[in-house]
Amino acid sequence: MSDKTYASEVMVPPDETQETNPEKKPEKKSETHLEISMASDIKDGIKDVSPILFAIVPFAAVFGAVAIESGLSFGETMLTSLSIYAAASQYVMIDLMGQNVPVWSIVLAVFAVNFRHVLYSASIGRTMGAFSTLQKALAFFLLVDPQFASSESRAAKSGLRPAYYFAYAAMIYSTWIAANCVGALFGSLIDSPATYGLDFILPLYFTGLVAGFHKRPNFVPVLAISASVSLLAWFTIGSPWHITLGGIAGLITAAALSKPVKHKMEEETANA
Amino acid sequence: MHDTTIFLILACALATYATRTGGHLVLSRFGTTHHRLEAALEAVPTAVLAALVAPSMVINGPAEAIAIALAGLIALRYSLVLSVLSGIVCLIVLRGVLI
Repeated sequence: MSDKTYASEVMVPPDETQETNPEKKPEKKSETHLEISMASDIKDGIKDVSPILFAIVPFAAVFGAVAIESGLSFGETMLTSLSIYAAASQYVMIDLMGQNVPVWSIVLAVFAVNFRHVLYSASIGRTMGAFSTLQKALAFFLLVDPQFASSESRAAKSGLRPAYYFAYAAMIYSTWIAANCVGALFGSLIDSPATYGLDFILPLYFTGLVAGFHKRPNFVPVLAISASVSLLAWFTIGSPWHITLGGIAGLITAAALSKPVKHKMEEETANA
Repeated sequence: MHDTTIFLILACALATYATRTGGHLVLSRFGTTHHRLEAALEAVPTAVLAALVAPSMVINGPAEAIAIALAGLIALRYSLVLSVLSGIVCLIVLRGVLI
């Protein structure tokens, strides 16, 4: 249902997407062509997101239950999930609220937990040529971990277009909110997600995505350094710094190993 | 208490949105990108996702570590769905056996 809403929203595409037709008003022919590619984009988005939804349901439901238990009202719980839309940092917020710490330090903690998104937006922003400014503004609001990972993978395969991005995002966002709502209302009835291995879908999914990037330059050293520094940070400074520090260590590795001649890549992008 | 809570939630939402737009906004100020910056950005998904997953492989136990290794190996050759699915099946079986 929600994907249809988005489909009609993106029916008016920005000029950049009409590569096949440089004129401002598209002919009927290219319009149907556009609709076909949009329909397949939406279909692919929904196909790619479906395994993730299974992981999100228990995760979101548990958050709803925990938030209510820690004293948030139903409305406040929903506002949290609707407006922040970043699970890990929401748990941090709830946790710190119970400890009577000043507001600014809670906001700072949320910012720190979400700091990896700075890297996400820098990286995925380069593939958003087909997005209008408004679409970008909305897209960045919806940039959660699986969204980023899938969009990177999509951009490398067939280019990233708004229809794919928003179909994927609409499915996660609506599932996240709906499951949150159920958790907040019926929290005490929830079974432990560990029983069905659901608690581990996200790490497995991210692992699969990482392996999918194995053809990128210096994949092995970047992977090894990121994972090692992440573990080091995890055992010394603690979560959530392992993500940012491990990530940055990997980026430094990639930058250090990079060679100035990149003809091969440029040719590839020119041919694409 | 109520006003503060709503204020706090919205401030956290704003902080989150700042991280999600910040990287792109800063980067789009540079006209041309240096090859080293380009290489670093190319490595973002590998680096950050590896850092995200690394502790889950170490801190949980043998069942989880084996499931992650299997999912990674399968994803090198086959589809993502197959990789996640085999990881889950492997995990459920190993948890049943090892516990």
